[in-house]
Amino acid sequence: MSTAIDIDLHREGPGGLETEEMTLNMGPQHPSTHGVLRFVVKADGEVMRRAIPDIGYLHRSIEKIAEKVGYHGFMPYTDRVDYVSAMQCNQGWAMACEKLAGIEVPRRGEYCRVIACEFGRIASHLISVGATSMDIGAITPFTHAIREREYINDILEELCGARLTFNYMRIGGCAWDLPPGFARRAIAYLDRFEPLIDEYNELISFNKIYVERLANVAPVSRERAIAWNLVGPNLRGSGVPYDVRRDVPYSAYPDFEFDVPFGTGERGTLGDCYDRYMVRMREMKESCRILRQAIEGIPPGPVVAKVPRTFKPAAGAVYTRVEGSRGDMGWFVVSDGTAFPARVHIRTGSFAAMAAIEELSQGLMIADLVAVIASLDIVAPEVDR
Amino acid sequence: MSLINTVPETVLTTKVDDLLNWTRKSSVWYMLFGLACCAIEMMQTGGPRSDLDRFGAVPRATPRVSDLIIVSGTLTLKMALRTKLLFEQMPEPRYAISMGSCANCGGLFQLAYSVCDGVDKVIPIDVYVPGCPPRPEALTEGLLKLQDKIQQERWLVRKPDVAVA
Amino acid sequence: MEAERIHGLLREKFGNAIEQGVGAGDWPVVTVDGASLAGIGRLLRDDPSLDFDCLSNLSGVDRKNDDLIEVWYHLFSYGKRHQVALRATTPRPDPVLPTVSHLWPIADWLERECWDLLGVRFVEHPDLRRLLMPEDWVGHPLRKDFVEPDEYHGISTRRESLLKL
Repeated sequence: MSTAIDIDLHREGPGGLETEEMTLNMGPQHPSTHGVLRFVVKADGEVMRRAIPDIGYLHRSIEKIAEKVGYHGFMPYTDRVDYVSAMQCNQGWAMACEKLAGIEVPRRGEYCRVIACEFGRIASHLISVGATSMDIGAITPFTHAIREREYINDILEELCGARLTFNYMRIGGCAWDLPPGFARRAIAYLDRFEPLIDEYNELISFNKIYVERLANVAPVSRERAIAWNLVGPNLRGSGVPYDVRRDVPYSAYPDFEFDVPFGTGERGTLGDCYDRYMVRMREMKESCRILRQAIEGIPPGPVVAKVPRTFKPAAGAVYTRVEGSRGDMGWFVVSDGTAFPARVHIRTGSFAAMAAIEELSQGLMIADLVAVIASLDIVAPEVDR
Repeated sequence: MSLINTVPETVLTTKVDDLLNWTRKSSVWYMLFGLACCAIEMMQTGGPRSDLDRFGAVPRATPRVSDLIIVSGTLTLKMALRTKLLFEQMPEPRYAISMGSCANCGGLFQLAYSVCDGVDKVIPIDVYVPGCPPRPEALTEGLLKLQDKIQQERWLVRKPDVAVA
Repeated sequence: MEAERIHGLLREKFGNAIEQGVGAGDWPVVTVDGASLAGIGRLLRDDPSLDFDCLSNLSGVDRKNDDLIEVWYHLFSYGKRHQVALRATTPRPDPVLPTVSHLWPIADWLERECWDLLGVRFVEHPDLRRLLMPEDWVGHPLRKDFVEPDEYHGISTRRESLLKL
């Protein structure tokens, strides 16, 4: 039961008037916070026939730059691939390079990476949940989310010096160890934040208007989600319980116990916008669980392995996947034996989500298009790189 | 009986220019033009901790109703043409702040083939805010510098034509 | 299913279109002949024991020294939890491959990206046009011999060094 409406375009209205579809333009500058994306919307009144995405407004040729700056030098650029949750991108690049050269990261370095990534995941989901609310029209939860994100920015700033584009990880580990007192402050933040997730749920998730705006909108079945290569919370919202952290375990994730929330169609159809939204809310709680375990159990030792200054891995190709906030990011790196990679390709979750919108938007209303973009958690840099 | 020191200190005596500029600078409405990473920092600057709203700057959705465009993020060549169009749609007097390294000069993407090295190649900029991304305090300082710039404007009195040498 | 069995099944069906030997690692590499890609893809997706329902990645690599363009397909199965990587080559002067967008819908955009950035033409693709670069862009940027243009619509892409005194 979805809200798609069957429309017959060239129909006669009352009084013998002919109707036809109109072409609207949405973007690339628009008040939604998802970046520079453009849609050419062909609509019949309020109901869309198709929303054709037009991308490339933030194509910064990050992949070509990798061929110019080398392996070590590419790390700051990986932050910009998904700036809302930059730590996971750092990890993806570092893991791909380590796999090419067979480098092993020390245990403490892996724990530091997990701590950084999970904080980044919470920060990213806060923006996603806040932006979803703001796009639907509820402005207040967005300010709550921004406030919470400020505290995470503080924690990550004392870890690595930057609030947004961290450049924290290096090939072989992390750049800096946890500063003194970090564990105490991080646990204090988690003690403060976990009850707030329930507060946000009460504020917005069970609100009747919110549920009606999101439930039954653009449901994605399990088969379509897999065919469109939707990943992460988008895939889990459609009922596929797949998480790279658990199913292809990497880094220190095998040491931790956590659940993988997935959608069940609790308020509408399976795989609708509400399911995807609730998966993100629940994932924030799971990230808090992982963080507590990681901070308690971090082993002593070095945080980075010895890696030569000029990094020249053997020729070969590697495809690594990391669970980013928007789903698994595939890092495809081809090395030809020199100090510069021959090809870097980053396959991101938002790219597939953007491609799927053309099919998902058929029969929805124009206002629902914003809800769909927000619930798929699309950010422009992941689409364009 | 003289009038010296008879005006109580609660009364401001100021020129009309200063008064009008004070009202104008205290209500600079910026267009939401977030392109890339700096957009997130712009959102955080408008957020609860470092609040841009206390300086009178509220975000607006369209260029037709905004005074200021904060170009936050990397400008690609594909986007540069649209940026010019958006700036021309803003009614005068209009201002532009270039936020972040990418908007100032291309930033770390100067090596890219698809990036416009600096937004001042397409629109005239009043204030450049450095950083990658600039902290909220830096963007707030940029806005305050713009407010100083607005305060210095003199536009009520018509100036005599000056011959160009 | 192990890599050798997948490789064996493919060799059985397609004979010499599949090269001998399968690479090791968690994404075993099977080198295939580009012309039979559509048939190979259909077998990999529809055969119930293989069940590769997800095209995880499609990347082109420009091998200028060998005068080839390689296109890699990373396939994953959510049902069977096994994965394989296909590697197809095509000559660099006129790279052509059959499309797989009728098998996996995400290939539509991935192939468009490959065309846009590397110039690989996919036969029978429903809508092969540029995706990331502007429509009037000339050249395929990810090629090793790509020369950046000096200007685009009047915007110069050269920036003088800001360190000149």
